[in-house]
Amino acid sequence: MSLMSEVGQKAFNLGVPLAVHFDVTYRCNERCVHCYLDHDDHGEMTTAEIKGVLDQLAEAGVFFLTLSGGEVFMRRDFFEIVEYARRLLFNVKIKTNGVMIDEEGAKRIRKLGVDTIQISLYSHRPEVHDAITKLPHSFERTLRAIRFLHQQGLRVTIANVLMTANSSDQGGVQELAAELGVPYTLDPTITPMMDGDTSVLSLRIPGEELPGIFRNPALVANQEEFCAPPQPPSDEDLAGYSCSAGHSFCYISPYGEVFPCVQFPLPTGNIRQQKFLDIWNLSPALQEVRSIQARDLAVCSSCSHVGSCSRCPGLAYMEGNMRGPSSADCEKSFYRTGVPTANMLQQGLSKPRTTVPLIQIRPLAVPA
Amino acid sequence: MPENCIYIARSSAIAARALAGEMMVMNSADSTFFTLNEVATAIFQAADGRTTLEEIVREKICRQFDVDPAQAQADAEQFVTELSGHGILLVSDRPLAGEASR
Repeated sequence: MSLMSEVGQKAFNLGVPLAVHFDVTYRCNERCVHCYLDHDDHGEMTTAEIKGVLDQLAEAGVFFLTLSGGEVFMRRDFFEIVEYARRLLFNVKIKTNGVMIDEEGAKRIRKLGVDTIQISLYSHRPEVHDAITKLPHSFERTLRAIRFLHQQGLRVTIANVLMTANSSDQGGVQELAAELGVPYTLDPTITPMMDGDTSVLSLRIPGEELPGIFRNPALVANQEEFCAPPQPPSDEDLAGYSCSAGHSFCYISPYGEVFPCVQFPLPTGNIRQQKFLDIWNLSPALQEVRSIQARDLAVCSSCSHVGSCSRCPGLAYMEGNMRGPSSADCEKSFYRTGVPTANMLQQGLSKPRTTVPLIQIRPLAVPA
Repeated sequence: MPENCIYIARSSAIAARALAGEMMVMNSADSTFFTLNEVATAIFQAADGRTTLEEIVREKICRQFDVDPAQAQADAEQFVTELSGHGILLVSDRPLAGEASR
């Protein structure tokens, strides 16, 4: 076990919030077709409120702080927030589309000792990227920001979300990332809107395309192990928990709401009304999340995949039951291994129900 | 350099937080990650750029922990050499107040 894993396990066991994802705004200069957020400002926290939250997070033991949005640079005080966070010695990661980062901005980010900047890039073709973000010239500006940041010696990661509109472009983005000298991550997960609207799910790539990703050696290092049929669950598997959400990780919205994770919209409290540590330690909702072991899961406890599935309790919650299956993860487990999940078998399915409607109206018209 | 003239300060590029009595330290420049035990944490926290290492060992370490002063000084110097090699601590024969941690 690496030192980092040991520390993560220790925080998990002690119930210390080691990492927090903090969206400082939902406003954005892009309107990505797959985005799960409402970009209107319904009263986001002031600079002083955010500094107060950061003080509380430092006191609670938070080490890894991800600042995200919306687009973080839509806040005029964003550099002030980062500077304050760094004074409090957080390890800061920034998620941005990079559109507003110029050379001076890249220098400021370096001077502030930011650990990593993750930038969203959806295609190597400007017309496809811009059609997804709905912001003309965003490709060009994002690419320029990546170069500025990289020139400053900063760690930049390109994050690509795979959807119907760009499913044939992932190899091109990967090549572009290699050319730029930065790492690349790919996520095929499209999540429902935070208000529960599931219309964006029609952008998910068909499950049949997932094996092409899981069996791509450029994306998955140890395919044999990754795609191996599941082993019968052990007692240890059944005593395990889904992930760190609510255990050593949580999400804070620009309005001060605290959730177990960015894609787990279970209300647990609001930092404008309660101290963070009171929410973290005393919230009945968080205590419930922490109590759920694999053996408590309604369907998944009897599933052969339970020890290796990426089951997201947040997606399960959005499907109606945080103890239930997450269909998107059932689909991944099936297409990763070829073995049906208990959820599928219970529904009499030999392969996952397609998540793409038979009749599709694609919101994008992008060149082939 | 005489050992009583070693000043140490935390680099502004680091992230740090205590977890159950141990200090986690990461250098954003190269992502090196360390955890420091209780004694090392006490030295790290006292590295304000204005206090000499000898004074830190005498006033903090020898008072808080049951250690032999000469051994503590030698261990502290080795610790400082290692962390300065990773850019976590800055070392100088002059006070480093302006360079101290954010």
